[in-house]
Amino acid sequence: MSDNKTTNLMRRRVLKAGVASAMAVGAPIIFSRNAWAEDFRNNPANSKNVVLGFNVPQTGAYADEGADELRAFKLAVKHLNGEGDGGMMNTMKPHKLKGNGILGKKVTYVTGDTQTKSDAARSSAKRMIEKEGVIMFSGGSSSGVAIAVQGLAQEMGIVFMAGLTHSNDTTGKDKRRYGFRHFFNAKMSGSALGPVLKKEMGTDRSAYHLTADYTWGWTQEESIKETTEGLGWKTVKAVKTPVGAGDFSQYITPILNSGADTLILNHYGKDMINSLTQAVQFGLRDKQVNGKTFEIIVPLYSRLMAQGAGENLKGILGTTNWNWALKDTGSQAFVKSFGQEYGFPPSQAAHTCYVQTLLYANACEMAGTFYPPEVIKQLEGFKFDGMGNGATEYRAEDHQCFKDVLVVRGNQNPTSQFDLLEIVQQVPRAQVEYDAKIFGGELGPYKV
Amino acid sequence: MSPDKKILRLNNIWLTMLLFSLGVLTMPWWLEPIGAAYPDLLQKFAIFGIFAIGYNILFGLTGYLSFGHATFLGVGSYTAVWSFKLLSMNVLPAIVLSMLFAGFFAFLIGYVSLRRSGIYFSILTLAFAQMSYNLAYSVLTPITNGETGLQLSKQDPRIFDRLFFEAGEGLPSTTLFGLDMNGYQGFYFCAVLLIIAFFISLKIFNSPFGLSLRAIKSNQTRMSYTGYHTRPYLMAAFIISGMYAGLAGGLLAVTDPLAGAERMQWTASGEVVLMTILGGVGTLLGPLLGVGIIKYLENIFSSVNSQTLHEFFAFLPDSIVTLVVNFTGLFVGEGWHLTLGLLFMIIVIFLPGGLMQGFEKIKNRFTDKA
Repeated sequence: MSDNKTTNLMRRRVLKAGVASAMAVGAPIIFSRNAWAEDFRNNPANSKNVVLGFNVPQTGAYADEGADELRAFKLAVKHLNGEGDGGMMNTMKPHKLKGNGILGKKVTYVTGDTQTKSDAARSSAKRMIEKEGVIMFSGGSSSGVAIAVQGLAQEMGIVFMAGLTHSNDTTGKDKRRYGFRHFFNAKMSGSALGPVLKKEMGTDRSAYHLTADYTWGWTQEESIKETTEGLGWKTVKAVKTPVGAGDFSQYITPILNSGADTLILNHYGKDMINSLTQAVQFGLRDKQVNGKTFEIIVPLYSRLMAQGAGENLKGILGTTNWNWALKDTGSQAFVKSFGQEYGFPPSQAAHTCYVQTLLYANACEMAGTFYPPEVIKQLEGFKFDGMGNGATEYRAEDHQCFKDVLVVRGNQNPTSQFDLLEIVQQVPRAQVEYDAKIFGGELGPYKV
Repeated sequence: MSPDKKILRLNNIWLTMLLFSLGVLTMPWWLEPIGAAYPDLLQKFAIFGIFAIGYNILFGLTGYLSFGHATFLGVGSYTAVWSFKLLSMNVLPAIVLSMLFAGFFAFLIGYVSLRRSGIYFSILTLAFAQMSYNLAYSVLTPITNGETGLQLSKQDPRIFDRLFFEAGEGLPSTTLFGLDMNGYQGFYFCAVLLIIAFFISLKIFNSPFGLSLRAIKSNQTRMSYTGYHTRPYLMAAFIISGMYAGLAGGLLAVTDPLAGAERMQWTASGEVVLMTILGGVGTLLGPLLGVGIIKYLENIFSSVNSQTLHEFFAFLPDSIVTLVVNFTGLFVGEGWHLTLGLLFMIIVIFLPGGLMQGFEKIKNRFTDKA
């Protein structure tokens, strides 16, 4: 008897639980139906503000770059809202920005820490999209992260304006319709460096690569190899090192006896500072190999890294996307307003992030809507000038910007603590252009 | 045990399960006020909940402190993504395979590590975890795609899917027979699995098997003298908790089809230890509380910036706002680790049994007075 009663009771409980959970499962679907009724995700139509997301590394090997990117984003938001001196909004042409936000809506922003990890970056981006309702997000400093969140951008239908990412894959095999890159890439670094290397170091050298072990390092090694081997150089060995290794001595010792006379450091951020410092400490630069002075090349340079590496960087060749010492009006306007705000000149990471934010805002104004497919169509093939690198074009086929590239050298006699890079050559755009098809990949659909 | 008592206990289990299910399924409502009710974080709560429950079966019951559980999480994720790439975007084969593979890895690692106990066991698991991490990070790049992480591609074969329909434009998303597994659907899928996982853990805690595991914790030597061969029990517990971790890893890939090596890093292993200790080792609900706190800090505190702080403290006079903002700024944003560290210290010093011990103390105080 009593047993029977229990099972009855239990059955009732189970039924109740079932009904309750069914209701719980059903309810949010009803709620979220409203969301689908909108024409696109995070449409700011009914809000006074429009929210942008800035997802940068605040911890890890690329934290310095991340901090500078964030400063630039904040400055861009100020300028878009009509505060401050307007920076590059005065020099950019053509543009339709009015200094009253974007399409009349005040710009606000949210920030997140990518931790230079794909997982954390995607999680942070998802928070921005799902919780804070951002209409566009930006940031970077690691190509691995950029590629990971770019994929998310496509899935979610939110535009991603990549910050500092230099891997060929970002606009190559992993390109996405919702991802855009203003920064240059490894392929362009290689093309720009080639003639200068030939002139300064000749055609008979043996190169040894140390490469950060992820998408950016791989593609940079490939592109630089392609260039140097084209010059007639030999590649002795290419060794992959983990990101954030800290101590590179175990990788540097073998170079001494490898017979190589040139070291190519495919490292960035704190990694590059550490590996270069250690390479110099091990006496590589004082060595004579094969009757030639040992040389070090850092294909991707930044002023922040130069600050970290100090003396060791003097005379070392590399490329950058932009440098604050450029004399054009756009660069000067940006350096001036950044300097007034923070008291020191911006880095190339700051520059690209600032430009990206303005470009996105301008595309919205030109499209007259925030609807992503229309905004994307405005950005594709957009030609502009006055933003620091001369005449620039967002190529429609792969969403890569094409503009002049700078070949730089660590300054021998710096006049200030920021005057660390000397511009060797401003390589014209025509020399670094390549066919969009060589890397493969597909952009994917406009509407998701 | 008299029949009456048994019935009571049964009812208790069902009541617990009912309350637990209600609590989990209504998370989107009661987490709204603290800003945690958005799909991604809710999914993380559920997924890491499963991870911590599984970890607690090993650490809470047997006292064996594994420092390498993130390995199984990573194995689960990689398996799931490969299942999406090769077999089908359906999530069922992915999570079943994740659990099987993680279980297999747990068997291999457990076979060696469980020959030792105490600190030696911890170090062995840590070593294996670090080894797996480095394998995933560089040596096995063709399988794991290294630092960039394993991602879906349009060119993937997906043989089962291709049997039934043509590939669409753009990347496919994970589904459960046509139901997309992102957003709230993804959360409810994880939540249902969390409830099942909790139920199984409850059953294990109340079973003779669970009792044997507890006996190992209290005195393994004595247990051996009474004629029990302890290693099979430990092995079973290790594999079960490895499979829980594999399930959690698989679900991470289900809600976001990407697997990176950082999931296997020792910090990820340490995180689950923190979660369990924070909430209360060996308690049923404790690890879940720990998950909630750590994931909340990680996602919400880390996103607070000076702009939000200024808005929050706007009621204060201007002169001290900057001071307050600068001070509190240390504990939010990139400083969220500091907050976590402080919280952890406070709990370990004052409540060695975790938050659950705190609740117990409060409950005792009230019942004493009554």
